[in-house]
Amino acid sequence: MDAAIHPVSYVRSAPEPDLPAPALSRGALAWLRTNLFSSWTSGIITLLTLAFCLWTIVPLLEWATVKAVWSAPDGALCRQHQDGACWAFIAQKIDYLSYGSYPASERWRVDVVEIVGAALIVWLLWIGAPHRGLAAALFFIIYPVMTFFLLHGAPWLGLPIVDSGSWGGIFVSLLTALIGIVFSLPLGVALALGRRSRLPVVKLFSIIFIEFVRGVPFITILFMANNMLPLFLPDNWAPDRLLRPLVGTALFAAAYMAEEVRGGLQSMPKGQFEAAQALGLNTRLMMALVILPQALTLVIPGIVNTFIGLFKDTTLVSVVGVLDFLETMQNAFKDTVWSGPTIQDTGYAFAAMFYFAFCYAMARYSAATERRLAAGRRR
Amino acid sequence: MAEPLVQTRTSRLYDPRVRGYAWQAALVVALIALVWSAAHNVSVNLEARGIPMGFGFWNQTAGFDINQSLIDYSSLSTYGRAFWVGLLNTLLVSAIGIALATPLGFALGIARLSPNWLLSKLALVYVEIARNTPLLLQLFFWYNAVLKALPNPRQSVSLGGVVLLNNRGLYLPRPEFAEGASFVGAALLLAIGAAIAFGLWARRRQEQTGEQAPVATVATALCIGLPTLAYFALGRPIGFTFAELSGFNLRGGVQLFPEFAALAFGLTTYTAGFIAEIVRAGILSVSKGQTEAASALGLHRNLTMKLVVVPQAMRLITPPLTSQYLSLTKNSSLAVFIGYPDLVQIFAGTVLNQTQAAVQVMAITMAVYLVISLGVSAILNLYNSRNALKER
Repeated sequence: MDAAIHPVSYVRSAPEPDLPAPALSRGALAWLRTNLFSSWTSGIITLLTLAFCLWTIVPLLEWATVKAVWSAPDGALCRQHQDGACWAFIAQKIDYLSYGSYPASERWRVDVVEIVGAALIVWLLWIGAPHRGLAAALFFIIYPVMTFFLLHGAPWLGLPIVDSGSWGGIFVSLLTALIGIVFSLPLGVALALGRRSRLPVVKLFSIIFIEFVRGVPFITILFMANNMLPLFLPDNWAPDRLLRPLVGTALFAAAYMAEEVRGGLQSMPKGQFEAAQALGLNTRLMMALVILPQALTLVIPGIVNTFIGLFKDTTLVSVVGVLDFLETMQNAFKDTVWSGPTIQDTGYAFAAMFYFAFCYAMARYSAATERRLAAGRRR
Repeated sequence: MAEPLVQTRTSRLYDPRVRGYAWQAALVVALIALVWSAAHNVSVNLEARGIPMGFGFWNQTAGFDINQSLIDYSSLSTYGRAFWVGLLNTLLVSAIGIALATPLGFALGIARLSPNWLLSKLALVYVEIARNTPLLLQLFFWYNAVLKALPNPRQSVSLGGVVLLNNRGLYLPRPEFAEGASFVGAALLLAIGAAIAFGLWARRRQEQTGEQAPVATVATALCIGLPTLAYFALGRPIGFTFAELSGFNLRGGVQLFPEFAALAFGLTTYTAGFIAEIVRAGILSVSKGQTEAASALGLHRNLTMKLVVVPQAMRLITPPLTSQYLSLTKNSSLAVFIGYPDLVQIFAGTVLNQTQAAVQVMAITMAVYLVISLGVSAILNLYNSRNALKER
């Protein structure tokens, strides 16, 4: 009774005033407000970051473009323009940086190896390309043989022999990485299968090899390949100076590949193994036809990431006297014709762009493949 | 006429157990043959080249100098002593790299997740550049293009007169401890102890009564206030000497050699990029429902992070973070390229070249890294088994 006359305090007696119209939620201004100036702290951070960018990135871009020396016969012009990069130096040295001292008349052989290799890799990595099995056979069997005869030479084909001492530059870096992947992937698959084997001796051997290689730095593996491989072999077998670090690289990469592949094998559901066995396949056929094709596709992102690491690590082979890209760059700095204060910065910037372009492209590919492979599991 | 069915026994050749033994026996035989022939070749080759076979070199005089050493070392010391110098230098640069890369990596990882677009993109650019260029290139850049290009000591770059930077390295102030300095240290320890006690008391009180205490403020006040009080009460027993120019060189202060500075800096900036991605992935992996549930319980943003998100993210962050620490330690072997006297540069480099004892030296060097790697992995496995998600 009483309540009807005196309404309770929480029941509103008059309508609430209208709220103001909502702020803009679309357009450039709204974007700025949500992403850059959402609060006082955010606004201050934005201004500080902007100031930092203006202070570093703008001068860097000017250094690399507007103020840079693009063409010059020698270092004199670069010594005058000390506030800009000296791209003329790179242009002058690009042949040496690409091929080392490989004879100029034979450099087409290097180009052929690089182009064929690039084409095969694209074919292999393009999920959904036709006949990828054929691509794998070409890449892992025919291509290494072709590479050896083209680069080293084959007198019976009219290709003069080029001593590996004159190899150098970008092509040696790419070759090292390529040999690393061509040999490490099959070896890695074998080690991964060995690690999951029921046979204790095989399993123990695989575990020891993998853990040993992953536990020591790459440099010590290179030192070991360089200093100790000749000791392990009979005197008359002494391997080539370039071959020793390549063996080390392949073994090193194999241990890391094995762990990636093992991850793929572990993620295969048990039903796949059982289904293959129910079809009457023996272990070898089960692995070759059912498990490995699925597991390897699943770990493509991981394999590519390992390959990025391997590609960056190829810079270390110069410690045992291999003339890789970075080492040819260091050598090029010593040319007195070009000596100047901007030469080193320019050279390192160019090398950084080279490695970045390769690694970033592979990283993007890896991420895209990962998303693609996960598509089936996404909801 | 049909022949009677004969129960055919499968050949022993198709018995998986027999096959397994055969394969393993073949592997063992092959391995023994490989090791035996390698050992034979090694002994023949070593004898032919007159290379020492034992570890006798360990106690011989080294005869070379090392510019940076944590323990007493001179050219009259033994190769064994040089080994310890190298090992300590490796551990030193790794520890400093880890100590610097962790906060930088966490800051970058959190910046990547910032709602501020510009900040997150700037962090992204840094992370991509750090991760996609070789560490060696970054080291060369810091060492040759930055540190070697600095002015000579007479024109040192000075940061407020406290830190001096020139082409001979980085100069930091050297603390000088007068009488009574140990009391300031004791005061600091006392303050830390008191802060911990206060924290425990506050937690117990909160559990019983629900009342909160300003733990952070009290702890900070204790840790800063008590040592400062002791410092002034005892007549300022701790001072700093700064590096000063005398002649063509700097004197006083702590000098960090450019090799050390470049290596520590390069390892830090490189590894921080990887740590940032690990931290980002770890935080993102905590599902949104957790944050929402925490807000529904009435926890505010900072407490949600501290009590709900970070503990769950750490479970995912710890294993890859540890493997980054291990690879930083292994990457410190790149010291050999810029001449920082670490284990590989001194022992697998100079000592190996002087003694020619390649097999022994490489075995020791690799064993050291293996012990570090496997030891840390074992600790990590223990930690993981304790902190794994308990599912029932």
